[in-house]
Amino acid sequence: MKGLMDWIDQRIPFSNSMKLHVTQYPAPKNFNFWYLMGSLALVVLVNQIVTGIWLTMSYNPSAEGAFASVEYIMRDVEYGWLLRYMHSTGASFFFLVVYLHMFRGLMYGSYQKPRELLWLFGMLIFLVLMAEAFMGYMLPWGQMSYWGAQVIISLFGAIPYVGDALTTWIRGDYVISGATLNRFFALHVIALPLVLVILVFLHLIALHEVGSNNPDGIDIKKPKGSVAEEDKAKFEFHERYAKKYDIVDAIPFHPYYTVKDLVGLAGFLILFAIVIFYLPTMGGYFLEPPNFEAADPMRTPAHIAPVWYFTPFYAILRAVPIKLLGVILMFAAIVLLFLMPWIDRGKVRSIRYRSGLHKANLTQFVISFVILGYLGVMPAEGIYTLMAQIFTFLYFAFFAFLWFYSKNEKTKPLPERLTK
Amino acid sequence: MMKRFLLALAFVLPSAAFAAGPSVPVDKANYDLKDNASLQRGAQIFMNYCMGCHNAQYQRYQRTFEDIGIPLDLGEELLQFTGDGVGSHMISAIDQEASGEWFGLTPPDLTMVARVRGADWLYTFFRSFYVDESRPFGVNNEIFENVGMPWALEELQGTPRKTWERRMLDGSMQDVYVGIKSDGNGRLSPEEFDQAMLDLTNFLVYIGEPVILERQRLGMFVIGFLIVLLILTILLKKEYWRDIK
Amino acid sequence: MSNAPVDKGRRRFLTVATSVVGAAGAVGAAVPFIASWNPSAKARIAGAPVEVKIDKVEPGQLIRAEWRGQPIWIVRRTETMLDSLNATDSRVRDPESNVQQQPAYAQNQHRSIRPEWFIAVGICTHLGCSPQFISRSFIEAEGVEAGFFCPCHGSRFDIAGRVFQAVPAPTNLVIPPHYFVDDVTVIVGEEEGAA
Repeated sequence: MKGLMDWIDQRIPFSNSMKLHVTQYPAPKNFNFWYLMGSLALVVLVNQIVTGIWLTMSYNPSAEGAFASVEYIMRDVEYGWLLRYMHSTGASFFFLVVYLHMFRGLMYGSYQKPRELLWLFGMLIFLVLMAEAFMGYMLPWGQMSYWGAQVIISLFGAIPYVGDALTTWIRGDYVISGATLNRFFALHVIALPLVLVILVFLHLIALHEVGSNNPDGIDIKKPKGSVAEEDKAKFEFHERYAKKYDIVDAIPFHPYYTVKDLVGLAGFLILFAIVIFYLPTMGGYFLEPPNFEAADPMRTPAHIAPVWYFTPFYAILRAVPIKLLGVILMFAAIVLLFLMPWIDRGKVRSIRYRSGLHKANLTQFVISFVILGYLGVMPAEGIYTLMAQIFTFLYFAFFAFLWFYSKNEKTKPLPERLTK
Repeated sequence: MMKRFLLALAFVLPSAAFAAGPSVPVDKANYDLKDNASLQRGAQIFMNYCMGCHNAQYQRYQRTFEDIGIPLDLGEELLQFTGDGVGSHMISAIDQEASGEWFGLTPPDLTMVARVRGADWLYTFFRSFYVDESRPFGVNNEIFENVGMPWALEELQGTPRKTWERRMLDGSMQDVYVGIKSDGNGRLSPEEFDQAMLDLTNFLVYIGEPVILERQRLGMFVIGFLIVLLILTILLKKEYWRDIK
Repeated sequence: MSNAPVDKGRRRFLTVATSVVGAAGAVGAAVPFIASWNPSAKARIAGAPVEVKIDKVEPGQLIRAEWRGQPIWIVRRTETMLDSLNATDSRVRDPESNVQQQPAYAQNQHRSIRPEWFIAVGICTHLGCSPQFISRSFIEAEGVEAGFFCPCHGSRFDIAGRVFQAVPAPTNLVIPPHYFVDDVTVIVGEEEGAA
């Protein structure tokens, strides 16, 4: 065994990488519940890739055969129903953990210097994930697949001058058709997953270069020589970290966070299994009832709502009566998230030490986001439209307020060392 | 027990299905997927009446017969009216194209109608046909306005009519709407008809997702296993984290 | 760090227990992925036994049926063909059909239920090509009138599907389970009384 390891290490830096990134990687000792989401997102990504590969084995990407092939998977393929529900439930859980992961970042200022690139890679992952989910939802070729795609692709028609030509080009036809289905299938099963995996890799490289943030938002790597010997963490860390810094309040990622992430994983899998085995449609939120009807280009369902994870942005889109403006606002809602490291001009990261104003602002942002999500599944009429306008305003107000008050925010003094 | 709880949880959330247009009050369908006798009666009605026009083209006869306990040779002989083998999909003997011309639209496939509409809606729908001479087929439906099909189960139900009764209300005699009543010329009594429609609903829920019982059974094992794993990982985590103040 | 001594035994026990349970879970999770590669209901139904009418087959003629996507040969053998089996007995690799390439009821010289009717899977036991039925010109090759010749690698079989010596194919042709319903109907793919 030792011989084999030596043989490998002479050829690739295996042992050293394991030490650098796993067994001797210094992680703050005070990670809480919110820090489980990253590893869970990785688990869901693996689940999506593996079940996705297996689904393509029986799926037929054609307008004539797609819907029937999904039912073939559900009925004729042994355990096909399980693979399909794992994949469809996984999509929703992916967004669930990613939204919680992003909220964690907002809460503890994980986007602030020096983690701007880490945040940008994360946002790119979110963007690609949305494209991936949208294209995936088209593949069952049900009524919602068809008309949802119709609505979303039509958004590009709002772009002046090139809009119509652009939508026709995206569809490859004058309506959504088999040509659209085929190209979306190709993008969904190979192109975007490849991009996702690369971005996740970059996200992790960026994370390990700058180190994890933590709920206190203060650094665990202090300048060399500034910490008394008895205050340093009593673990062996890789020399790449230990030579440059005095490390306090840190523990090696393995075994401490691997065993903690395992607890998170087991708990997560229980929730995941409950949905897969008892609520696979989640009352119409994860799999929408009209999507059990084959796509019919001649007949639109009475009410089109995207899947829940898109509804906040969909509500923003519908809030304004001008098509182009709605589209611009929807994209702006995402672009502003990208710009968080520069919109927040504060020097204190964690919400624990920031002003009451910031706490209130972030709280109203989360509430607005959730209510917009609710409004996105409701019909766009009367009181709902008014509410969508109000909460769209509040969504954007979060960023505007933040930019103003963060410059000279009244913050609490930061502790020297990590608290519990 | 847990299943009930989870289902209740799902209903606390505003159901996306309700967002689909104006909601209509529907009756609760207390179907039971474990009741094979009910499923068999439902299958009989479905194959004798509904499949006169509609398909269930994603489901196979063989799977159906096996799942609900009908011997294959018996099912093939008594319930399957096409001669293409018990392994074939449940396709109506009628020419769909031709019937499309006749009815003005192709009869929709019913394999997953229960997943689209919900069991309660179906159960109510079956019991909401009434005579309306202004419609092409002489019938209409209270929860599916201007339904484009003839009432295929009149033979069982009898002729359903909207019925009013003269009653004393606020000191004067008024005609009060008391619902749809059969004129009694059907083969079934009103109670028997309701039961038959529950059986049919039960069967439609089954073909909508034939794996429901299997998935719920498997779920128990998986979740039980994961609970053991959770307990072990918690103990393991606690053990390691004793190192850390 | 606490100064409490580490209970090594407990730590090891929990690590092993969690690993074992986790590994069992991984194996369980693999089951649906592996099982989904089995023939689906569609494939199994397509592979159901087939009924073949044999009343139109002339003596010496071969007809083909399809079962599980494979060619099934049904040959009505003449007396001459059956006699030729005596001549090939000494030149085939497995004259007694000891290798289980056939149901028990076809383990005989003519490798069939009724001597007149030869029913076999028309797939060469070497690398899966479908051999040709040669009813006359086989005589040069093996001294008998009729047999089967695989064009891919030159394997030869006699009219009972028995493989000749010194050809690449290792075993006799496969005889599928089959039975006669009556004189004009044969069911291929199922033993009698199985359904």
